[in-house]
Amino acid sequence: MSSTPLLQCSDVRKAFRKPDGGELIVLDGMNLDLYAGQIVGLLGRSGSGKSTLLRLIAGLAEPTAGTLSYLGEPVDGPAAGIAMVFQSFALFPWLTVYENVALGLEAQHMPKDEIRKRSLQAIDLIGLDGFESAYPRELSGGMRQRVGFARALVVHPNILLMDEPFSALDVLTAETLRTDFLDLWGEGRMPIKGVVLVTHNIEEAVLMCDRILVFGSNPGRILSEIKVTLPQPRNRLDPSFRELVERIYVVMTARPANGQAAGRQERFPGLGIGSVLPSVSSNLLSGLMEAVAAAPFSGKADLPEIASDLQMEIDELFPVAETLQLLRFAELEGGDLKLTEDGLSFAAAEIDERKRIFLRHLLAYVPLAAHVRRVLDERASHSARKSRFIDELEDFMDEDAAENTLRAIIQWGRYAEAYAYDDVNAMFSLENPT
Amino acid sequence: MRRFEQFGILRNLTSRWDLIAFVVVLGLIAFLGEAARGLFVPLTQLDIVPLSLDPRHLPEYAARTTLRMLVALFISLVFTLTYATWAAKSERAGKLLVPILDILQSVPILGFLSITLVFFMSLAPGRVLGAEFASIFVIFTSQAWNMAFSFYQSLRTIPIELSEAADSFRLSPWMRFWQLEVPFGLPALVWNMMMSMSGGWFFVVASESITVGHNTVALPGIGSYIALAIEQKNLPAMGYAIGTMLLVILLYDQLLFRPLVSWVDRFRVESDPGEDTPESWALTMMRRSRLIRAGKVAFRAAVLATSRAFNFGDAAERVRAKRSKRRSLDLLWVSLVAVAVAAGVWHLVASLVAHTPVHEAVQVCGLALITMLRVFVLIALASLVWVPVGIWVGLRPRVARVVQPVAQFFAAFPANLLFPIAIYGIVTWKLQPNIWLSPLMILGTQWYILFNVIAGAAQLPAELRYAATNFGVRGWLWWRKVALPGVLPFYVTGAITASGGSWNAAQVAELVTWGNTEIEAKGLGSYIADAATAGDFHRIVLGVGVMSLFVVVINRLFWRPLYYYAERKYRLT
Repeated sequence: MSSTPLLQCSDVRKAFRKPDGGELIVLDGMNLDLYAGQIVGLLGRSGSGKSTLLRLIAGLAEPTAGTLSYLGEPVDGPAAGIAMVFQSFALFPWLTVYENVALGLEAQHMPKDEIRKRSLQAIDLIGLDGFESAYPRELSGGMRQRVGFARALVVHPNILLMDEPFSALDVLTAETLRTDFLDLWGEGRMPIKGVVLVTHNIEEAVLMCDRILVFGSNPGRILSEIKVTLPQPRNRLDPSFRELVERIYVVMTARPANGQAAGRQERFPGLGIGSVLPSVSSNLLSGLMEAVAAAPFSGKADLPEIASDLQMEIDELFPVAETLQLLRFAELEGGDLKLTEDGLSFAAAEIDERKRIFLRHLLAYVPLAAHVRRVLDERASHSARKSRFIDELEDFMDEDAAENTLRAIIQWGRYAEAYAYDDVNAMFSLENPT
Repeated sequence: MRRFEQFGILRNLTSRWDLIAFVVVLGLIAFLGEAARGLFVPLTQLDIVPLSLDPRHLPEYAARTTLRMLVALFISLVFTLTYATWAAKSERAGKLLVPILDILQSVPILGFLSITLVFFMSLAPGRVLGAEFASIFVIFTSQAWNMAFSFYQSLRTIPIELSEAADSFRLSPWMRFWQLEVPFGLPALVWNMMMSMSGGWFFVVASESITVGHNTVALPGIGSYIALAIEQKNLPAMGYAIGTMLLVILLYDQLLFRPLVSWVDRFRVESDPGEDTPESWALTMMRRSRLIRAGKVAFRAAVLATSRAFNFGDAAERVRAKRSKRRSLDLLWVSLVAVAVAAGVWHLVASLVAHTPVHEAVQVCGLALITMLRVFVLIALASLVWVPVGIWVGLRPRVARVVQPVAQFFAAFPANLLFPIAIYGIVTWKLQPNIWLSPLMILGTQWYILFNVIAGAAQLPAELRYAATNFGVRGWLWWRKVALPGVLPFYVTGAITASGGSWNAAQVAELVTWGNTEIEAKGLGSYIADAATAGDFHRIVLGVGVMSLFVVVINRLFWRPLYYYAERKYRLT
């Protein structure tokens, strides 16, 4: 192990300019050192900027501030010693397995014989023997991602970047591929020195990484760095493994530390009607409340448990849980989800009663929903264009977030029968559909 | 089935740029006309090979015509790969280039011919070559625009991860173009090439035999052969020509496009195995002969060798360059555009307004209204017939397999070959030409409605149909709630193509001859045709300009909103 890091990021910040001149910060105060022999995991939910950091390291994007250096040299474009494995495999469908693997070497204008030798080596190493002349469309997802690995390894990179490489695969295939990768890594048979793995799967991070950087959102930043010293191969059922998973859940559900003095701190960025809301369906909301209310949780559920119970990834579970918290149907703390009294009565109620409870909470705790309702009440026509609210929201957030937030408001409002929405004319109204 | 996506990319472009593009295009056309007029060379110098109606010459004529199509296709391809790439890579250029393309595809294709003919003749005075240029140029204009559109669209929609993979493996821009961008755009491009080609036959027939003023230039080819047969009222010769045309189109389809479509299927990013892969016996044959493998190996070697030889910049450099913004260039670009617009306006004013009395312009607009009415009524009538037929056929896979290729074949067949028959009917029964010439406009284009509707009905999910049956949805209710909404996006695509084709056909359909019988329907098409025969440039430019304007406005105000509405509300994904 050498003492100088393979990769060094210091105070990296990435921001996009908004149309109104403001800045949208995606990533802030990012510090990361990667040493030889390490697998570092970037763990977080979508929108936490972990993939953005990976692209900065790959030289595919440029930081707004801060420095990235690879072997002491600043990263200012795709570097020769850094290769990437993509979530969607990113194979060229018109090239065979062999041609896909050879492409990276051809780009370096390597002699023909060398290209051939190294490509076949990589194909052999990753277990693709016999598939050389197949086209990606003929392969299963697992085999396609193997091509993705072979293609990255063939250029003999010092650093391998992996962007959620197993998340597009089914559970069994993903596990096989992870194990194969860890075996090759443990035996030192891959021509790589360090790995950066982006994932939103907590168990995967604990299974594979030596260090885990837990990302928080809005803006993307590191919440905590966790060292994993468990020996390989790791066992998911090992108590110390479970403990680590639990600890990460606690970190990820901790309330933002930089909360303003005023009362409750919501988990969604922005204040009042300017909050960015996730478009979570009312079915998921009531489904999760029912699950937590029922046995064995009886109103209070441990997040890792309920996540594996419902087979939900954190990317799916967290927005639902946080929306319940926003609506005061549940509290989220210390890795637990605990229903409030109203949450419990919602879970026990029939459909009409549920709608009444939901309506009360929606108008009381979601300022934007209350705002929409107020505007409709005040107008003589009892109707308003969607664009009116979009314009208002865009003072606080970008176009996509505004669209998404309004979709949430439409969905919840329809469920609660707080107002109606006509998609063809993009109009809110108080009318009941005929 | 794949669709045209010609509107997909224009959604976000402001109308300001459209207006600028319109002025630039029309200005350019007027300029070409002016320039050509100055260079006018007496056409009597042309050494024209006399044509013969002897059917023994037909194979040679067919070969000449086919060659013209191929040359034009090649030029269109070169144009596509450069113009579309430029428009997609440079945001600055794209802002103007894309609307220009959109306007260009609204200009009636035979209008291009009328305006540019003398210009091309003057390029090679005294030889047939000039007329050859003009004919090829016409075919080019009937193919290039939608090919360029499709490639531009592909370039803009390359999946981000594929593009990142190319960057991170440091492909040089040259390699990136040939290994990523071109292959990705190929399926859509081939499909559009096929569509363009089927339109091309119509124009090759119309462009081989051209009359300007007192001179007729006839290039050896099927089109000229037909023109001569019409002039001499030779019915058997017409029959031979139609037979030859059928054969040529069939061969083209089987030997060129079926294999291409089938081969290119593997370039599609999203497709999974097991989907209906298009089949081609010709491709299978070529595969067996290892021709394709050899071609592929040669192609890759060529890309590599050129990339190596020229060492086209480092990928990292390219990424860096992409980031640096150059304000001064922006300014230069804007001022260039401003100058071009000013020049366009000046030419328009100079060549149109100054030479055209106001009442003439008003009259031309009136004629355009008549032609517009014709197009809309015809589309409506064709829809009444072909939508139910298309749905009926599309829901029966076995029937569809037979009918679909036939419909596509009819769309490719140049309908102008059949016009003399119409004349015969009109003369015999003393029919009103203003009404009875109209159907000719849609004779060749109605098939687009049919085969799009068939494709739409065929992709209607079986479960939806079972559900309708299960709930006892029948009769008129079934048509209203199930079948018609289900095929709407496809129907609109077909109707747009049919409408565009009908405007294009107006110039030959509103003025038809058979020997010395000439029948004319009042309309903008016959106005342009008259002006072209008389060689009156100002009237040609006026007519073509007004027609382009009408097509653009109708597209913007009617078809495009309809297309988006159908896509949003009725597209089954």
